Amino acid sequence: MAQGVDDADASARRVLATPAARDGLAVGLATAAYGISFGALSVAAGLDVWQTCFLSLVMFTGGSQFALVGVLASGGVAAGGTAIATAALLGVRNVVYGMRMKPLVDTGGPWRRAAAAWVTIDESTAVALAQTDERQARVGFWVTGVAIFLGWNLTTLAGALIGDAIGDTRAWGLDAAAAAAFLGLLWPRLKRFQAGAVAVAAALVAVLATPVLMPGLPVLVAAVVAVLVGWFDLFGRSRER
Amino acid sequence: MTTWHVILIASAATLALKLGGYLVPAGFLERERPARIADLLTVALLAALIGVQTFADGQQIVVDARLPAVIVAAALYALRVPFVIVVFAAAAVAAGIRAVT
Repeated sequence: MAQGVDDADASARRVLATPAARDGLAVGLATAAYGISFGALSVAAGLDVWQTCFLSLVMFTGGSQFALVGVLASGGVAAGGTAIATAALLGVRNVVYGMRMKPLVDTGGPWRRAAAAWVTIDESTAVALAQTDERQARVGFWVTGVAIFLGWNLTTLAGALIGDAIGDTRAWGLDAAAAAAFLGLLWPRLKRFQAGAVAVAAALVAVLATPVLMPGLPVLVAAVVAVLVGWFDLFGRSRER
Repeated sequence: MTTWHVILIASAATLALKLGGYLVPAGFLERERPARIADLLTVALLAALIGVQTFADGQQIVVDARLPAVIVAAALYALRVPFVIVVFAAAAVAAGIRAVT
């Protein structure tokens, strides 16, 4: 028995010493820190600490979480439908990630599959795809996913408690912090001209639609830009090749 | 609808999407057009959220302390400053401007 535990310990240490695991832990630590800003912004948007922590535990996909509380902050519960739609649309990319990760990490049983799906996010997928062999990719995926899950939830709680304590969030600039947080999520995606063009057009559409549509809806209307540009491959990748 | 309803429905939807990737037959989103749209959807939504979060006050468009804060944030991201520091800096810029005006 003790021998078994020692073996498990040694093999865990071996796994954590691999380059993929080190990548995963580094990305995990860096990402977990965003949780502070999510927790504070969520409380500033009017959610309580429990609701904030629930989102990080169950939804566990940063973009959708920031979007949900952002729309609720501007439109309140009346904008609930658009808040749900925006969060769901931002979660669509996780379908693509799941399809790419499935052959690597869906290696047995419904529980493992559910766990894999739960931690399928930008970062775990990115670390897995950056590895050169399959074993490393699998280690990278799980280490990143689990490290971020633990860190993200702890820092969300910390951020929510801080947000709860500081009161007047506008005086502390938390509304500007939310915009900066979205910009941080967008920034790494702007490498292609097509993405940049979509970003500018979508932001413009959303701002111009603000005076005429209910809070929350302008963001959804702006999503049409992505569908149009994506469907016809405007400003396209094919031309760049 | 209460805040909890919004949270529960949205969480169920995003979790279902995550599981969906593992359940749908492989290949659909691997095709070029759906993959491209899924990719650009994320970009468009985030950009729209930045626009609204920067300029909207209810249903009005206003220019206030948030705009300089976002410009500072963009400059810092361009200099590869880490996310958390940029978010704090943006909050500080907006808070500072509001404190003196």
